[in-house]
Amino acid sequence: MTVLFVALGAMVGAPLRYLTDRAVQARHESVFPWGTFAVNVSGSFILGLLAGGLSAGAVSVGVWALLGTGLCGALTTYSTFGYETVRLMQERARFYAVLNAGASVAAGLGAAFCGFVVAQAIWG
Amino acid sequence: MSPEDPLNLPVDSDVDVRVPRQRGELRAAPWAVLGTIAAGGVLGAEARFGLATLLPHRTGQFPWATFLTNVSGCLLIGALMVLVTEVWAAHPLLRPFLGVGVLGGYTTFSTYTVDIQQLVRAGAARTGLLYLAGTLVAALAAVYTGIVLTRLVTRPHKPRGEDFR
Repeated sequence: MTVLFVALGAMVGAPLRYLTDRAVQARHESVFPWGTFAVNVSGSFILGLLAGGLSAGAVSVGVWALLGTGLCGALTTYSTFGYETVRLMQERARFYAVLNAGASVAAGLGAAFCGFVVAQAIWG
Repeated sequence: MSPEDPLNLPVDSDVDVRVPRQRGELRAAPWAVLGTIAAGGVLGAEARFGLATLLPHRTGQFPWATFLTNVSGCLLIGALMVLVTEVWAAHPLLRPFLGVGVLGGYTTFSTYTVDIQQLVRAGAARTGLLYLAGTLVAALAAVYTGIVLTRLVTRPHKPRGEDFR
C-alpha cells in the first residue's frame, strides 16, 4: 500500500517540478536557476510541515508516503540542483554557482525548520 | 573536444528554456511529455523508497540512504546530459523520461533539508553539519565526474599516425 502512495505522489510531483521550472525560468533573464530553487525551497517547507505533523501524530504514515516520500521527494531534486551548480561553475559564472549552492541549502533548511515550527503551532 | 569543454551542454537538466527545442517540447506534445515525466518520476521515487527501506537510519544517525541516493543520482545526471546532448541522437522524450522523471524523482532536496532539521532536533548537530557538507561536496564532485568520465569514454579515438600526414 505504501508503494502505491509513493507512486501516486511522485506521479504528480515530477511533472509539477517540470511545469514550475518552465514557468519560473520563462519569467526572468538572470542565469540564477530560480526554477529549481523555487521547487526545492517550497518542497522543503511542505516536508518540514509534514514531519512536524508526523511527530505530533496528526499526519498518518499513508499521508507521509503520499505527500512526503512521493510528492515532495519527486517535486524536489538534488540532481538538477547539483548539475546546474556544476554547469554554472564551468560557464565561468562562479559567483552564481556559489550563490546557488549557498542560497539553496540555507533557504531550504530555513523552510524545513519553518514548516516544522508551523506544524507544531497547529498540531502541537 | 576536450573532456572539460562544457559549451554544448544546457545549464538546466530539467528544462532549459534557452534551448529552442526544449522550449517548444511541451507545446508540441504536452501529454506525451508530462506522462513520460510522471512515469519516470514514479520509477525514480520507488527506487529511492526501496533504498531507504533497505538502509533505514535511526534518529540521530547519518542518513546514508538519502546520501547515496543523491550522490549516485548526481553522477548519473552528469553522464546522461553528455549522452543525450553530445553522443546519442536521442529521442526527444529520453531527457524528460530519464533526466526530469527518473533522476529527478530519485534524488530529493526536501528529504536532505528535513534530515538535517531532524538531526539538529535530536541533538546531533555535528552529524547534521557533516551530512550537509558531505552531501553537497560529494554530489557536486559526482556531477563533474559523470560529465568528464562519459566524455572520456565516448570521445572518438584519433586515428594513429595522424601527425605524419
